[in-house]
Formats: sequence, structure tokens, C-alpha cells
Amino acid sequence: MTKKIWILEPGRTERNYWSDLWDYRELFQVLAWRDVSVRYKQTVIGLLWAVLRPFLTMIVFTVVFGRIANLPSDGAAPYALMVFSGMLPWTFFSTALADASNSLVGNANLISKVYFPRLIVPTATVVVALVDFLISFSILLGMMVWYHWLPGWQILFLPLFIVVAFLASLGPSLWITALNVKYRDFRYVIPFLVQFGLYISPVGFSSGVIPEKWRFWYSLNPVVGVIDGFRWCILGEREMYWPGFLASFGVTAFFLWFGIREFRKMERHFADLI
Amino acid sequence: MISVEHLSKSYLVGHQLAREQRYTAMRDVIGLQIKNFCRKAYDMARGRQIVQGDEVEEFWALDDVSFEVKPGEVVGIIGNNGAGKSTLLKVLSRITEPTRGRVQLGGRVASLLEVGTGFHPELTGRENVFLNGAILGMTRVEIKRKFDEIVQFAEVEKFLDTPVKRYSSGMYVRLAFAVAAHLEPEILVVDEVLAVGDIGFQKKCLNKLSEVSGEGRTVLLVSHNLTAIRRLCTKGVLLQHGRVRKVGDIESVADAYIDDGEESLPVFSQPNDKEKGVTLTSVVVGGDEGTAKNTFGYNERIHFSIEYEVNFPVRQFQVWVGIRTVEESWVFNTADNDTEESEPDYRRIPGKYRAEFSVAERFLNAGRYYPVIGISHGPSRTIYDRVELPTFAISEVDVPEIGRPGVVAPLIPWKTYLSD
Repeated sequence: MTKKIWILEPGRTERNYWSDLWDYRELFQVLAWRDVSVRYKQTVIGLLWAVLRPFLTMIVFTVVFGRIANLPSDGAAPYALMVFSGMLPWTFFSTALADASNSLVGNANLISKVYFPRLIVPTATVVVALVDFLISFSILLGMMVWYHWLPGWQILFLPLFIVVAFLASLGPSLWITALNVKYRDFRYVIPFLVQFGLYISPVGFSSGVIPEKWRFWYSLNPVVGVIDGFRWCILGEREMYWPGFLASFGVTAFFLWFGIREFRKMERHFADLI
Repeated sequence: MISVEHLSKSYLVGHQLAREQRYTAMRDVIGLQIKNFCRKAYDMARGRQIVQGDEVEEFWALDDVSFEVKPGEVVGIIGNNGAGKSTLLKVLSRITEPTRGRVQLGGRVASLLEVGTGFHPELTGRENVFLNGAILGMTRVEIKRKFDEIVQFAEVEKFLDTPVKRYSSGMYVRLAFAVAAHLEPEILVVDEVLAVGDIGFQKKCLNKLSEVSGEGRTVLLVSHNLTAIRRLCTKGVLLQHGRVRKVGDIESVADAYIDDGEESLPVFSQPNDKEKGVTLTSVVVGGDEGTAKNTFGYNERIHFSIEYEVNFPVRQFQVWVGIRTVEESWVFNTADNDTEESEPDYRRIPGKYRAEFSVAERFLNAGRYYPVIGISHGPSRTIYDRVELPTFAISEVDVPEIGRPGVVAPLIPWKTYLSD
């Protein structure tokens, strides 16, 4: 039996970082499962909360943007359906970002008492948001039945966009949660960012209303690519604007790389700072 | 195998300026706030840690620590509070990174730094076993295999499906220790967990730990319980102010630790301050003969002699002494006006006073004690509050039973009759 030898030195980048992470995959499952099962304990309507929040926002947005502002929908798609297919990935993104940003500070007792790859904590929270997302997906199915809406072949690509949504929320989450350990100011920045993002992302309206010349720059918001992708899969009414999607995806990939890099740089000091 | 070479760890600590310096004029207060804000903003822009306080200082929790541990050794790490024991364990268990130096670990480390870390109050006992096991590095298969053993060890079979927030603190701790005790790492790091649970359970824990070491695994143990350390460990490391004072076999290291405690003279003294209503001038802890000393046998009385000077007349005067343990729990508190009403309204006219009392023999258990003193007069004039006095120890000589749990070990007469 060959025994591994660990060497602890200042500033040493773990050579076996990723294999270490793999060794702890069960902890990842357990933490995600813990957060899911605790999330709605001692609430009356429990899991319904995951469904109710996006549903109510969807109604408000349909009324405000669709009825009062009279913005156009994507082709023949009912406005409510269009809003909800954007609301789903947005809720996922914002819940993941908000929860993951507080995840390290919220698990301070674990961080300062036990060793495990810290990357697990924020990633597990993103998975919890994904579970919420899958639950509220059932509303979308219900709405499709209600409107007699049959999606086209594009729906087959939906899992791909769910993965993109996952990565898009993971990158910034890792960066912000690490910063939040060091500078608690970020706790106050996130709710604001999330609120702001709701209006600059095409949640309540179609990205088709953006003037053509701004379209590409608008797509630099990583959520735009995800939401457009979702609408393309579910509604299939408008052609996918691929340059925009690639730009979105590029930004997502950059943030993922940057988030992991910054996280790893800071994670060795978490226990001292938390 | 563990090899620690020139290990150092520093922290930044912030200090607040003294009250008088802090609040003098509005202008200064604002100036200070602006200065602090600029410093923090500068630190953040440079990506550095921000520290609360007016002045920042670097503090070395570990300073050039080196030692080696062979496989299968059980090592006790001892030292006073703040000597760096917990920091050392945190570095070894990879929770925090050293500032300088190098550690080589020949195997997986599992740390047991606080019992019940990672328990979630809303989850049931059964769920928490899996959660805590995973946090401590066990695989699901491993936990499943040991589940029955863990539950049996913890004695909580009946409450497995109750959320742990409904558990008594004893049950909680038992379950947490049980999970940790069934870990199988090559190196086990344990910080002060023996101070929990009732007597029976403590014994069980100690047995479990010696069983673990019997299987050839390396154990590092921090405890203030010298008796337990002596029983379990083969080797000791004595830390003092972040440095290694002694490494060697456990007996010699433990003796060195006890001797260190004796180095400080068991006398507190300071000059009279005429500005104050009352000055505490001297406190001597000693034997019946009146000579100062700080190690007592179980059969000896501990004599306190307190001298103070009253500079102007005071009323409702009180001197009190509290005896505390190393964990800062209060063994008892006693005051000069408990039993004696020397003067009406506890007046003291100016002059020198001496107050004396003794702690009865055959009362305190073996261990080290940390007395504190306070003086007050009037309805709420506190002149001294919890001033630390020299510590003293009760040696294990003559104690009815070495290792008997309890802060006190009074011999209580029993009577037994054949009742039927």
C-alpha cells in the first residue's frame, strides 16, 4: 500500500487539488442534501415556496410589461409563457448567487473546525438552487398544457442550457463568496445586484425589443444568453441569435475561470478570516 | 509520521486605543474614523485583510515550532491558554495555512476539534450521523457499516428519528463523539473533547482513544486534563507563548509543565495608590504556616491573606475572591461580608487592613486553580473586578482516587444499612 504524503507549506498550491475534491464528492452530496431537506422545514406550505415565488413574479411582470407597457412577445407565444420561460433561469441564477454568496460565512463553524475542499460549500448551494429550479419547472409544464403550447424539436437542447445556467451562476458565486469572507461589504451588494439584474436582463420582456445595434453588447450579460436559449428551446418562435449566445457563453467561461482562480487564491485563509 | 519543521503562524490583531485617547474631542473622533476608513479602503484595494481596531499588530501564535512524531505514537500537547496548542492542531489538520515553515504528514488526518461540528439541529439523529461522518471524511459505505456500532456507543437508539434540536446536551455530545470515534484515519487530531458527558461516558471515550492508538494509529491530543494525558500519551510537547519548551516522554514534559506553574511566586503585590479610595496592596496564597506556596496536597488547607489600604472612609465595603478552573468555570465565590459583620453598614475607616480565610482541606480535586479578586464599596463602586491572582495547584498526592471526575472531591460520609 502506498501512502500519500501531504506537505503543508505557505503558498503551496495543492497539486492534488482536483483529486482531493473528487475524494470529497460524498460530502458534496451530503451538504446539498442537507440544505435541500432543511430549506423548507418548519414552514407550512414547504416546497410550494419554490413554486410560488417565480409564479407570482411572473404574474406581476406579465401585467406590467405585457398589458400596461404593451411590449411584444416572441412571435405567437403567450406573454405569460414567455415571461415564465425567462423567469425560470433568472430565479435559478439569482437564488444561486444570493445563497452561495452567504454560504461560506453561513458555514463558518465548519470552515474553522474541519478541513475539506472549500469549493464544495458554494457549489452545493448552487445545486440546492437547481433543485428549486426543477420543482418550479413543473409550473412551466402546467402552463404549457393550459396554453396548449407544444414545444418543437429545440426542447431537446434544454438540458444544455440548464448546464450553461449552472456554470453562469457558479462563476460569480465563487468569486463573491470568497470576497464576502474577507470583506463583508459584499453581503449588502448582492441583494442590490440581484434586484438590478432582474430589470436589465430580458426577464419581463423579450430580448427582441433591444435595438439591433445594441444586441451584441447586451448579450455580454451572461444571463441574456441563458434566457434566450431557454426561450428558443421552449417557445422556438425566434431564431437564436448565436453571436450573442457565444458572447454570453464566453463571459460565463471567463467568470468561471476567474471565480475558481480567485477562490483558490483566497481559500487558504478562510479559516483565519471567517 | 508527522514532521514539523520551523513552523510559524502569525495573525493580525487590532487594538482599540484606550478610552481616554479615543473620545477626547469631536474633531479627534472624526479624524480617527476617517483614518480608519482610509486604512481599510487601502487594505481592500491592495487585496489585504481588513482588521477592526485603531492599531494593527502582528501576533505570532506559533513561532518556529519543530518536532517529529513516529507512526503509532500518542502525543499530548500541553501548555497554558494561548500557548498555541489549538493553532498547531489547526495547521496540522489543514484548516489553516502556516505563515512559515513546513509540515509533512504521512497519512490522512481527521480532526476532532469540537464535538458536534456540523450537526444540523433540524435533522434527525440518523441523518446527522451521515452528515457528520461525511464532514469528518468518512464515506457513505463506511458509515453504513459502522452505523449500528456508532448508535450503540452513543446510547441513543430510541431517539434516532428525533431532530437533534430536541436532544439533551448529553445525548447530543455522545452522538457527536461516537461518530468521530469511529473514524479510521492514519492520524487523529483531538482537541479538548474529554471534558464532556458524564463519568461513564468519559471513561468510554478514554478507552476508545486508547483502543485507537492500540491499532497503531497516530493520535495528537490537546487537553488540560493532565491525568488523562498521562494515561493515554507516550510522548509530550510543551508549548509556551507559541514556542516549543520541551519535547520528550510524557512524564518529563508534564512535570516541566507543572514546574512552570510554580515558577511564579504565589504573591500578588502592588504599592498603595493614594488617589484611590482603596488599594489592594498584597495577596499571599500559602499554607497554614503562612509561607507562600502554590502546590498543595489534598490534605492541606489553602490560606489566603489579603492586605489592602483604605485612603478615605467608605461604606458598604466588600472584598471577594472567586476560584475558577482553567475552563473559567467558577468553583465558588466567597466574600468578607458573607459571615462577619465587623462594622455596621460595612464601614471602613482609613488605615491598613488584613483579611484572611482558608479553603478547607479535602475539598478541591487535583488540578490547577485560577483565583480572582474583587473589591467594591458603596452601592456600585467597583474598584477591582476579577483581578487575576497567582494560580495554585492541588497535586495528586493523597487524592482519594486519581482521575476522579469533578472540580471538587469532598469525602462525603456514607451510611449503609441492611434494610431488610
